[in-house]
Amino acid sequence: MPSSELQSHIPYDQQASPGSPICNLNFTHNKARTPLEQEVFNLLHKNKQPVTDPLLTPVEKASLKAMSLEDAKVRRAELQRARALQSYYEARARREKKIKSKKYHKVLKKGKARKALKEFEKLRKVNPTAALEELEKIEKARMMERMSLKHQNSGKWAKSKAIMAKYDLEARQAMQEQLARNKELTQKLQVASDSEEEEEGVEEEGELVPDAVNEIQMDANGPNPWMLRNLSRGTKEIKVQDPEQLPEPVAHEASENEEEERPGAEEEILLNEFEERRSLRKKSGLNQDAELVSRREPKGSSSQEVLSELRALSQKLNKESQQSGKQNVSSVRTVLAVQREEPTEAEEEPLLLQRPERAHTLEELEELGKEGCFQNKEVPRPVGEGQQSERNPDNQPDAPKEKKRKEQMIDLQNLLTTKSPSVKSLAVPMTVEELEDEEERDQKQMIKEAFAGDDVIRDFLKEKREAVEASKPKDVDLTLPGWGEWGGMGLKPSAKKRRRFLIKTPEGPPRKDKNLPNVIINEKRNVHAAAHQVRVLPYPFTHHRQFERTIQTPIGSTWNTQRAFQKLTTPKVVTKPGHIIKPIKAEDVGYRSSSRSDLSVVQRNPKQLSIRHKKHLKKNSVD
Amino acid sequence: METAPKPGRDVPPKKDRLQTKKKKPRRYWEEETTLTAAGASPGPPGSKKRNRELRPERPKNANITKKSRISRKPHLPKKPRERRNLEPQRSVSGAQDPFPGPAPVPVEVARKFRRIDKSKKLPHSKSKTRSRLEVAEAEEEEISIKAARSELLLAEEPGFLEGEDGENTAKISQADIVEAVDIASAAKHFDLNLRQFGPYRLNYSPTGRHVAFGGRRGHVATLDWVTKRLMCEINVMEAVRDIRFLHSEALLAVAQNRWLHIYDNQGIELHCIRRCDRVTRLEFLPFHFLLATASETGFLTYLDVSVGKIVAALNARAGRLDVMTKNPYNAVIHLGHSNGIVSLWSPAMKEPLAKILCHRGGVRAVAVDSTGTYMATSGLDHQLKIFDLRGTFQPLSARTLPQGAGHLAFSQRGLLAAGMGDVVNIWAGQGKASPPSLEQPYLTHRLSGHVHGLHFCPFEDVLGVGHNGGITSMLVPGAAEPNFDGLESNPYRSQKQRQEWEVKALLEKVPAELICLDPRALAEVDVISLEQEKKERIERLGYDPEAKAPFQPKPKQKGRSSTASLVKRKRKVMDEEHRDKVRQSLEQQPQKKEKAAKPLRARPSALDRFVR
Repeated sequence: MPSSELQSHIPYDQQASPGSPICNLNFTHNKARTPLEQEVFNLLHKNKQPVTDPLLTPVEKASLKAMSLEDAKVRRAELQRARALQSYYEARARREKKIKSKKYHKVLKKGKARKALKEFEKLRKVNPTAALEELEKIEKARMMERMSLKHQNSGKWAKSKAIMAKYDLEARQAMQEQLARNKELTQKLQVASDSEEEEEGVEEEGELVPDAVNEIQMDANGPNPWMLRNLSRGTKEIKVQDPEQLPEPVAHEASENEEEERPGAEEEILLNEFEERRSLRKKSGLNQDAELVSRREPKGSSSQEVLSELRALSQKLNKESQQSGKQNVSSVRTVLAVQREEPTEAEEEPLLLQRPERAHTLEELEELGKEGCFQNKEVPRPVGEGQQSERNPDNQPDAPKEKKRKEQMIDLQNLLTTKSPSVKSLAVPMTVEELEDEEERDQKQMIKEAFAGDDVIRDFLKEKREAVEASKPKDVDLTLPGWGEWGGMGLKPSAKKRRRFLIKTPEGPPRKDKNLPNVIINEKRNVHAAAHQVRVLPYPFTHHRQFERTIQTPIGSTWNTQRAFQKLTTPKVVTKPGHIIKPIKAEDVGYRSSSRSDLSVVQRNPKQLSIRHKKHLKKNSVD
Repeated sequence: METAPKPGRDVPPKKDRLQTKKKKPRRYWEEETTLTAAGASPGPPGSKKRNRELRPERPKNANITKKSRISRKPHLPKKPRERRNLEPQRSVSGAQDPFPGPAPVPVEVARKFRRIDKSKKLPHSKSKTRSRLEVAEAEEEEISIKAARSELLLAEEPGFLEGEDGENTAKISQADIVEAVDIASAAKHFDLNLRQFGPYRLNYSPTGRHVAFGGRRGHVATLDWVTKRLMCEINVMEAVRDIRFLHSEALLAVAQNRWLHIYDNQGIELHCIRRCDRVTRLEFLPFHFLLATASETGFLTYLDVSVGKIVAALNARAGRLDVMTKNPYNAVIHLGHSNGIVSLWSPAMKEPLAKILCHRGGVRAVAVDSTGTYMATSGLDHQLKIFDLRGTFQPLSARTLPQGAGHLAFSQRGLLAAGMGDVVNIWAGQGKASPPSLEQPYLTHRLSGHVHGLHFCPFEDVLGVGHNGGITSMLVPGAAEPNFDGLESNPYRSQKQRQEWEVKALLEKVPAELICLDPRALAEVDVISLEQEKKERIERLGYDPEAKAPFQPKPKQKGRSSTASLVKRKRKVMDEEHRDKVRQSLEQQPQKKEKAAKPLRARPSALDRFVR
C-alpha cells in the first residue's frame, strides 16, 4: 500500500490508538486486484465477514450497539451533569486565576503549605510508613531543586531585578527573598512537609468529576461510547461515590472558606479582604494600568515556591497513570493545574482539549529557543521541566509584548544610568572641596536613596504608553444591534457580525518616537502653522515634492546677498512711469495685415522656404 | 564682483547723470576697452547683442543724445564685467593675468549655502516641470556661489586659547589672560562688588553692548558695559527673580515678586503686567517679539510685546516652573521639570511638542546652543548631559560633576559654561559644529560668591556671571561670533539706526503660531489639506478632472472604422497600459520577495506535530 494513501487518512488525534487505523484502512482501501481476489471479497462482504481479522465482526458490533432507551437516558443525564460540573470548574478556575493580587496568592499558598504540613504530621503519627515514603518524595524534590537553577537569581526576572536593585529597595528585597527561598528549599528536612496530603487531595478531588467524561474522550476511537461504558463496569465503583461529591463544587466557594479556616484565621480574614477589595475595584471600573504594571515584574518567582515539592510527586503520578508518550504534556498540565490550585484538572480534562494546549507548548518551546538566542547565557531547558509552567497558556499573546516592554525599559535604564566619568576640575567648588572620598560616597548613597522611591522611568513609560494609545486611530463600529438577527435586552450582536461591520482605520505612519524610549513627540498637527502652508499645487507640477524643491530657496534679503536678493525678486515685467505702452499689433509679432504674409507662410511650412522669403526675412530682421 | 543687469534700476540717480553730462571723465580703461572690444571674444553667451550695441557707442560718448543715453544706461553696469573678461589678454601694464576668469569658489563653502535637499528622490516629471526644476536648481547654485564669495567679507577671526605643548588651559587664570591681551580687551574683564543686594541675574542686550542686572533684593541697573556708563539704576523694593532686555536695550522686562514689570532705559516703569504673576524666568524671542514667562503657578505665558497682548498661556501641568531656556534656532521654549523631564513648547500648541526624559532627579538647568543642535541639561543627580536635538533627542555625552551644575549657558560658538557653587567651568568643542567635549574644562574660574546667573555676551569673548557678590565679566577667548551683521545687530549703531532697525524688525515680525520644531517644514506643501481639497473637488464636480481620459479611437475613413477595429484598437491601448503596470510590479517584486523571505522560515512544517 502506498504510504501517501496511508497518510491521507491517518487522523493525528491523540485518541487514535496504534491498532485501529490499520483496521479501518483495511476495510476501505484494500482493493482486490485479481478477479479471484475480487470474488473472495465479494463473498466476504455478502456474509458480513471481516476482511482482515478485527476483534469483532460487524454483526457483533451491531448487536453490541443496541441499548435500551432508559439506559441511554440515564447515561445522557450523567454526561450532562458531568459536563456542567466541568464547566463550573473551569469558570471558577479561570476566575481565580485572574486574580492579580500577588499578596492574595501568596497568602493562599502559605495557607495550603501550612495545612499540608499539619496533615503530614498527622500522617506521621498515624501511619509512619506512608510518612516515610512521603519523606523520600520530599527528598527527591529537594534534589530536583538543587539541580535546577531556580531561585538562584539567574532567571530573567532576577536579572532585571538586579539592574534595578541598585536603586530600588524593593527589588533588592525581592532578590534576597528568592535566595532565601532557595536556601530553604535545598535545606535537608527532618520534618517533611505537605506532599502526601497534597497527593491525596489530588486524588480526592480527582474524583469530584466523574471519570466518565474522560472515558469518552479516551476511547473515542471506539465506535460506540455507550458500548464502552457498559463494558467497563469497573469504573462504576467510583461513580457510586459521585453523588456525595457532586454537591460540593457547586457550593465550592463556601467550602473552601471553611477549609481555610483551619490553617489560620488571619489568613482567612486577609483573603476575604482581598475578595472584597477586588469586587469593589471591579465595580468602580478602575483601569487596569496599575495591574498591568504590577504584572510586568512578578511573573516567575513566586508561584511555585510551595509547590516545588509537589512537582516531583505529580510527575510520578503521571508516569503511573498515563502512557509514557503523553507524560510530558500531562506533567505540564498538572503543574499548571496545581498553580491554579486545582489539581483535578490535569487528570480530568478531556484529552481533546489538550490538543491546542500542546500547540501552545510547542510555541513556547520555540519562544524559549528564541530567548536563548537573545540572552546567550540562558540554556534552553527540557520542556517538561516546568519551565513552561511559569507561563499560563492564556498569557501567551502577552508574553512577547511584555518582553519587548521590558527590553525597552532596560534600554531606558541604561540611558539614564550610564556611568559617566566624573569631572576632576581644578577648581572644585568650595563646599565640595572639603569632602573626602568617603563623604562623597555617602552623598551618592544619599542621593540614591532619595530617588529610590519615585520611579521617574516608570512614570514616563506609563505616560508614553498613554500618549501612544491616545494617538492611535480608533476603529469605527457600524454594527446595528438587532439587524439581521434577534435583538433586545441583554442580546449582543454576534462576534461575526461585529467583525464584519468593524471598520478598521488604517494604521498611520509609525510614530517618530517609536524607537526612542526617552522621548514623547507630539504627533498632533499644528493647525495654525498649516494655515500658512501652501495647499494648492501650481500648474506644471504634478507632485508636491517637485514644487517644494522650487520653493526651498529663501528669497529674502536676510538670507541672501544683496545681488542675489535683487536677482531673485526681479519683477517679470518692468514698466517705466510715463512711458506709453502701445497695444500690440500683428506686425509686432511678425504677421502682416494681408492674409498671405511671409511669416505666416514660413511658420506654417518652414521647410519650403523659398529664397525670396529668406531674403525678405533678412531684410525685416535688419530693420 | 559680478554685476547683473538690473532692470529695476533703469533710471540711475540724477547726480550721476549730471556728472556725465558736465564732463565725462575719461577713465583710463575706456580707451583700452574700446580697443579690445573690437576684437573681443563675445563674453558670455547672450551678451552678443549688447556688445554690438556698445561698439558704436564708444565714439559717440562725446555727444550723448538723451535717447541713446536712456537706451544705454541699463547696460552700463555691464562694463566692468566685460573688462574683466578681457583682461587676461592685455592689461594696462601689459602684464598678463596669471589667474584668468572669475575667482574659483571653494566647494565646501558654497555647499554651506545650498538649500535644496537633493537626497530626496523626485517622482518622474514632465518636461515642462523639469525645466522649472532645472531653473530653480540653477538659481540656487548661483545664489550659493554668490553667498560663498561674500564670505570673504567676514574678516574677523575668532579668538582662541591654546596651552603650550599639553598645558592645561583650565589652569590659566583670568589674571593671566588679562595680562596677555591688549588693553582694550583687558578692560572687558571686571568685577562689580555689589554685596548688598544679594545674588544677581544678568542679561546682555541682543547687540552685546549693554548689560542689565537685577539683585534679589530689588537692585536693578543697566550699563553700557564697554564704556562702563550707567544707564539707569533703581531699586524696585521687591524681589527680582529675573531680568531680560526686550528687542533693544531701550526696554527691560523685570520679573518681580508679584508681577512682571517693564522699564525703559531710564528706569521709568512703563508697564506692570498683572496677568503674568509670580514669574520666575523670562525669555525673549526676538524674531517673534514674544516674551515668554514661566511662573510659579505652572503657567508658560507668551506676551507679544509689539502689541501688548498675551498670545498664549499654557499650563505645563508639572508644578512650579523655574527652569526655562529658548532654542534660538526654532524659538521653541524648553522647560525643565522636577521629574527629570524637559518639555518643548510652542504657543500654537496646548501640549508640549516633545517631552524628553533627561535625568533621574529633577532638572536644574537647561541650555540650547545657537544652532539649535545641542541641548545641555543638568539635574539633581549631579549629571551634566548633552542631547542631540536633531530628531533623536538622545544623549551624546554625560558627565557626573562633583556638585551638579545649577546654571548653564551656551555661547554663540558653542562653548558651554556651567556654574557649580562658586565655580564656573567652561567646556569647548573640537570644531565649530561639534558639541562641547566634557572631558576637560577649557577654562575655570572661582568667584567670590555662589553663581546665580550666567550669560555669554554676544559678539564679545565675554561671559557675564551674576553671583552673590555682584557681577563678574570673564574673558573667554573664542566664545563669541567675531563677525556681526551690521544690519541685524550692530553693537556700534546709533540711535537713528536703532530706530530704523526697529521698524524693519517689526515689519518682519514672524507670527507666533509659526513656531514649530522644524521651521523648514513651513516650506513644504500641506499634503493633508491638499488631498482633502482634491477629494472635495472631485465630490463637487462628480468626476476627477485630473484623471486620465479613457482612450477613444479616432474614427477612420474608407470603411476602416468598423466597430471591430475600433474595439481592437482600444484593446491594444489597454493591453499596452496593462503591460506597463505588470512591468512595474515585476520590478518591485524582488524587493518584496526579500522582505517576505524571512517570515517564511518560521512557518511550521507538518511534521512538527510529531515533536514532543
